[in-house]
Amino acid sequence: MFDELVEFFDFQFALEILPQLLEGLLITVQASLVGFALAAILGLLMALGRRSENELIAQPVGAVVEFIRSTPLLVQLFFFFYVLPRYGLRLPPFIIGTIALGLHYGTYTSEVYRAGIDAVDTGQWEAATALNFSPVRVWTAIILPQAIPPMFPALGNYLVAMFKESALLAAITVNELLQTGQVIGTRTFRYLVPITMVGLLYLLISYPSSMIVRKLEARYAN
Amino acid sequence: MQTNENPTAGTADPIVRFENVTKAFGELVVLRELDFSVAPAEKVTIIGPSGSGKTTILRVLMTLEKPNAGYIYVEGEPLWHKRKNGKLMDADEGHLRKVRGSIGMVFQHFNLFPHMTALRNVYEAPVHVLGMNKEQAIARAEDLLGKVGLADKKEHFPSQLSGGQKQRVAIARALAMRPKVMLFDEVTSALDPELVGEVLSVIRELALEGEMAMLLVTHEMGFAREVSDRVVFFDNGRIVEQGPPEQLFGDPQNPRTKSFLGATLRH
Repeated sequence: MFDELVEFFDFQFALEILPQLLEGLLITVQASLVGFALAAILGLLMALGRRSENELIAQPVGAVVEFIRSTPLLVQLFFFFYVLPRYGLRLPPFIIGTIALGLHYGTYTSEVYRAGIDAVDTGQWEAATALNFSPVRVWTAIILPQAIPPMFPALGNYLVAMFKESALLAAITVNELLQTGQVIGTRTFRYLVPITMVGLLYLLISYPSSMIVRKLEARYAN
Repeated sequence: MQTNENPTAGTADPIVRFENVTKAFGELVVLRELDFSVAPAEKVTIIGPSGSGKTTILRVLMTLEKPNAGYIYVEGEPLWHKRKNGKLMDADEGHLRKVRGSIGMVFQHFNLFPHMTALRNVYEAPVHVLGMNKEQAIARAEDLLGKVGLADKKEHFPSQLSGGQKQRVAIARALAMRPKVMLFDEVTSALDPELVGEVLSVIRELALEGEMAMLLVTHEMGFAREVSDRVVFFDNGRIVEQGPPEQLFGDPQNPRTKSFLGATLRH
């Protein structure tokens, strides 16, 4: 039976291509982390922009957020990859990919921020006013430190989702994990082993990550 | 205990003055062309039925609610308005920050910052709003926590404190800003009965010290009688009757005051 399995799935070959796949995985992890850092920052800015009392800020920010959220990430990737160079903006595929991931997921995290900020008791705003804190200080020292920790599980879920969806970067030639597997397949005409390994490598990272997120959820419940 | 012999009360220019102030929430009018003032160091208690608008007086003064009409002056300076070419224009955030600096407030639900220790709750604003040196601010915060009897709780977070302790930290926090007028908004209403006394005794001490004007909304009639220079009976957006506590509690003139006091003193 073991022989049959070996015949079906060539472990020797798997071992051979592992180093190359791990390099791809490293790119995937980098793209996810940079993209997520961008999403965390952009999401906060989008959330604050939409809350602005100035309609000239709140309305356009809202429109942009809805537009990005309502169009597929793959379309956005293609747009940045094929259209921007025509207007003289040439960036490496990895940079384009992470910016698109950050922008796209920023629209999701902005909703997380919005809910987290709304969940802070109004009494906190009132106490901050009574103590005469500056608006910047109110946000940085009082509201956000209370709003953000309960958002960790939701943000973590998006990080895991983004990690998996970063496979789309293969479509714009980024040598991330999936693209690496595909290249190996094209070169050797053997797809079963590389693509299976790609899937397993995603699983290896995303499953434990989901477990951590679940722990966070339990911790921040209530 | 006699605290209503304050020599400055009622004589100097008012530290707070309401002129024709109206506030409505939709159809509900909670302040009707209110004229009202507080003298420096005066201790004024506002009593009245729930929903009569008493708390709104404090909230428009703390700039938590914007009045629909009228003017409020703090130390002669318009609060919600800015003088410009002899006219009063709507104030901006900068002006509000400048004028409300002399007002402090203690809330019914404490509103302590839950992610900060008791000590940091007290020194945060002096450092970041008044620009006080951090060591000095901490030393003063420790003094103030000592004053409210919580020196040993300074490293505790609000979640580790009882309601009465939280409220005493909140008082220390407000005091740290050295307000000239302190607002107390039903500060014992959210407390278990056995914890009311410790908070009232802290406020009583502040009243005895004397130099800070105090404006209290409370249901504690005995306490109001004891600490106030003046008691204001407020109902339906208006001042119905006001006077020294012994007069208002001992010999109320208005039938509504009588029936309100009759109802509250019976139980």
